[in-house]
Amino acid sequence: MKRKLLSLLLVAALPLSLMTGCGDSGNTSGNSSSGTNDSAQTSDNSQTTDNAAADSNASAGGGSVYYLNFKPEADAAWQQLAAEYTSQTGVSVKVVTAASGTYSDTLTAEMAKSDAPTLYNIGNMSGLNDWNDYALDLSGTAIYDERVNDDYVLFDETGAPKALGYCYESFGIIVNKALLDKAGYSLDDITDFASLKDVADDIHARAGELGFDAFSAPGLDGSSSWRFSGHLANVPLFYEFRDDNVTEQPATITGAYLDNFRNIWDLYITDTAATPTSLATSTGDESEAEFGNAKAVFYQNGDWEFSNLTGNFGMSADDIAMIPIYCGVAGEEKAGLNSGTENCWAVNSQASDENIQATLDFMYWVVTSDEGTSMLAEQFSGIPFKNAKDSANVFGANAKAYASAGNYTLSWAFNHTPNVDSWRATVVTALATYSADPSDANWDAVVQAFVDGWAIEYTAENG
Amino acid sequence: MKKKAKKYNDATVVNSKLIRRPIQRWFPLFVLPTFICFIIGFVWPFIQGIYLSFCTFNVPKDAKWVGMDNYVKAFSDASFGHAFWNTAGFAVISILVINLFAFAIAYALTQNMAGANLFRTVFFMPNLIGGVVLGYIWSMIFDAILKKYDTYLTANATYGFWGLVILVAWQQIGYMMIIYIAGLQAVPGDMLEAARIDGANNWQTLTRIIIPNIMSSVTICTFLTLTNSFKMFDQNLALTGGAPSVIMNGAKVNMTELLALNIYSTYNINKNWHGVAQAKAVVFFLLVAVLAIAQLTATRSKEVQQ
Repeated sequence: MKRKLLSLLLVAALPLSLMTGCGDSGNTSGNSSSGTNDSAQTSDNSQTTDNAAADSNASAGGGSVYYLNFKPEADAAWQQLAAEYTSQTGVSVKVVTAASGTYSDTLTAEMAKSDAPTLYNIGNMSGLNDWNDYALDLSGTAIYDERVNDDYVLFDETGAPKALGYCYESFGIIVNKALLDKAGYSLDDITDFASLKDVADDIHARAGELGFDAFSAPGLDGSSSWRFSGHLANVPLFYEFRDDNVTEQPATITGAYLDNFRNIWDLYITDTAATPTSLATSTGDESEAEFGNAKAVFYQNGDWEFSNLTGNFGMSADDIAMIPIYCGVAGEEKAGLNSGTENCWAVNSQASDENIQATLDFMYWVVTSDEGTSMLAEQFSGIPFKNAKDSANVFGANAKAYASAGNYTLSWAFNHTPNVDSWRATVVTALATYSADPSDANWDAVVQAFVDGWAIEYTAENG
Repeated sequence: MKKKAKKYNDATVVNSKLIRRPIQRWFPLFVLPTFICFIIGFVWPFIQGIYLSFCTFNVPKDAKWVGMDNYVKAFSDASFGHAFWNTAGFAVISILVINLFAFAIAYALTQNMAGANLFRTVFFMPNLIGGVVLGYIWSMIFDAILKKYDTYLTANATYGFWGLVILVAWQQIGYMMIIYIAGLQAVPGDMLEAARIDGANNWQTLTRIIIPNIMSSVTICTFLTLTNSFKMFDQNLALTGGAPSVIMNGAKVNMTELLALNIYSTYNINKNWHGVAQAKAVVFFLLVAVLAIAQLTATRSKEVQQ
């Protein structure tokens, strides 16, 4: 009988051990989604210290913070900052980072759990529409009063601020000033599209003798095409929305500035070393390397490239600058850079009151404390809070300089794009066809992808 | 002597009461762990999936019942129909290509040629590489080749479609070949010998003796290739991702998108489409199930008893 009991117990333990296996693997997958092994390690450590801290804190009745971070490249910095906050205040802060490109899946999965994120990222209005029920009205909170202006705030239909941008980014045309100088020009020679075209055409014509070309390859491979279907497309969208006073996602667009889009795209695909038919498969890394290795003067991208260019490619910060994307619009001499954000904090309104309070306190500490503001300045170029420290990022400084000289900033109109990945895919297909054979008929297809595509995707998203 | 041997063979031992009784009494306990995993990992998600196909939801716990709306929306979606015909065409072609090549190679490699084992290994190897990796590698290969002709893989739907056929054939022929080889080796030698003595030529032996005898392998291989082609996802996503994307008759269509990828991209539109994607997935399940059962019944009836 005894032996039977023992064997029964052993067998009963079998499924249990299997379950623990499940639990373990669940944990690892959570960690591995935070990007690298290193960061998984850190999150592990912080979690253990967190647990201890949470225990000691439990008596004080405080809540805890669970931040689902959107930016893999900033994961290590957030882990470190969270640990610092925990050691100072005893409040547990768990930071999990979704692997690149999987944020919405991870967020959906995490929100379904009982231990849901208390702080998460909303990218744009479409994101807010999806998550509005889970977003706390931030008005009246201490963190909300720390913002410098409303440019980077997402408001819902009732006008309540639901998501708060904690950093903003700028993109434009990155210029290698040293090469420009070698070609006999300076930044002052470029003030609008006509002058940009003159300089670029001349450099392209003398490419053989100079040893470098005007533009780095405008590749349309998936790793690079967002620079054009997303960022470059922002320019015509911005001007159109500015003319028509569009502030919400429109059901249709007119494509009024697509001729200007064609101007600049023609320049990109003409004044480059890459052959037109190779563009469809040319990657972002190739284009970056071309610019980083001083084979091209101009490279369209954003301020997040700064650390790569100065670090990996060893370019001097004094040699690079970012200028606006000119495309032949009247008054564009007064244009600035394209600045906006896809990084907005939202607080989970369905979390417990203590956790919401703990989260708001943590956010406030991040944007006001010495440790927090230093970390933000190191990781991001533009920080829209009153106590922000200056960032070392030259491109961020360029954006500020344009703004303070009275130039208008091109806001991120593309944040209104309906069903954005699908819309961009259609535009990329049309752009690739046009680039291989730049005929008017093929350009009409680009216009159709822009204008008709917008209406179709709007209906898909809202219909 | 023979009788004695029969008395102590393995089957008798297993069937003895001493062994059988404890197994009969305790088997639920031993099945339990796997059964629990099966419930958690398959049965429950499956039931929840069917339930969610009648709901609108962003996070599953917020699901709201909407009845047949999702199914109506799924069937009125032009891209779903397009993806269905793409998948059907792809399935027919890949079943033919894979099975013909797999059988031909298996037949050749069972003809006592030198290095047959080496070739078997080589042909089987592509099967060990994951679909996403294959997709990216082949997209580079195709693009490098097409570059010579001043074009690229996603330039039109035809390249993408045949690219996928080549990729999948390359990946799966080796696997089906192994199954055919096993079938060919099980063809009774006395039957082949009898055919040779009766004066049958190679072709007659192949069509009258070998093929009827390996119908069970044919059943397995066609079943596997059929369901594999319908469920094709990774390779489709990694090779073209559905590109080129064009606007046709006022609707947006991803030209090389198969059903599974279509369901995936529907889900990603926004929360209004989560339920529709779920409905498409249920339709997709029924379709694959019906086709597979029909195909099994059809080929099973041609199998012969040896």
